[in-house]
Amino acid sequence: MSLLDYFRSSKTSSASLAKERLQILVAYERSSSSQPSYLPQLQKELLLVIQRYVDVSQDAMTINLEQNDNQETLELNIVLSERRRN
Amino acid sequence: MARIIVVTSGKGGVGKTTTSAAISMGLAKKGHKTVVIDFDVGLRNLDLIMGCERRVVYDIINVINGEATLNQALIKDKNCNLLSILPASQTRNKDALTQEGVGKILEELGKEFKYIVCDSPAGIEQGAHLAMYFADDAFIVTNPEVSSVRDSDRILGLLASKSRRAEQNEEPIKEYLLLSRYSPERVKSGEMLSLDDVQEILSLHLLGVIPESKSVLLASNSGIPVILDDKSDAGQAYADIVARYLGENKPHRFIDDKTGFFRKLFGGK
Repeated sequence: MSLLDYFRSSKTSSASLAKERLQILVAYERSSSSQPSYLPQLQKELLLVIQRYVDVSQDAMTINLEQNDNQETLELNIVLSERRRN
Repeated sequence: MARIIVVTSGKGGVGKTTTSAAISMGLAKKGHKTVVIDFDVGLRNLDLIMGCERRVVYDIINVINGEATLNQALIKDKNCNLLSILPASQTRNKDALTQEGVGKILEELGKEFKYIVCDSPAGIEQGAHLAMYFADDAFIVTNPEVSSVRDSDRILGLLASKSRRAEQNEEPIKEYLLLSRYSPERVKSGEMLSLDDVQEILSLHLLGVIPESKSVLLASNSGIPVILDDKSDAGQAYADIVARYLGENKPHRFIDDKTGFFRKLFGGK
């Protein structure tokens, strides 16, 4: 590392970018690996059924399975678009 | 009771075999009867790193298939008579490695050895699965690099769900971090993930940091585990790791940049 680098290095560090990317990715992968494998397929099929009646986009739906001590909750979140609601 | 250690990482090329060779030699040098097993069927390399490649006659698949006894397949290390090596098969298909077969071998080895070190292949296929399945302790070898940290996290998930201890609801596998190919200088200049960065994601018990070192290549060139090169930084790092694993209190080294201000100023190496 030369004198010039010494003053330059603090601006943007690629290591902090790496850490940020990793944190997001690992958090996502941890949550998806703990869910049952049928969940993506279930989401796809539910979306198809809903789309027959309402116009919803692919990313307007989130599905989540939560496990507590004595119960499981399947949470389905669908955001309907403003203009299509009447 | 023997203690089974798996050396694993998910990603290839991070130093699993180097680590397996070093720590098994370290444990044996400390007076513990140790065996190191190569689980990389089809791509064996532990024999080369241990310098016993020309003495391989039988391998783990021969033992599983009943074509040789364990004692016929085990190779006594030439540097330390408390250490034995069980090589992987080079030619046969990897499905020959069965859970039942591996279980039997480990049980038999457990009667004679104090530590059984399982050198896992990269990936998450059968060989990697069986290397970790029976483990009591897991040494997670990670490089300060995005793909390695991600794969290590994935392996931690598998250890917690697909191992014998997990399946039988026993106490979970003890997981330790070995951060290898670490360069404090590059960490300081913001080019490399720091130990703290890696720990923020993996949060494991740190067994040691192994610095990026020329001595690792030199050791593999000559087929002598790097831990025997006690003048080298990597050799010392592994010796510390073995000591810490055995419960000795060794302060961590090789984490901070020791390069002086003037060297930096003039760009010297």
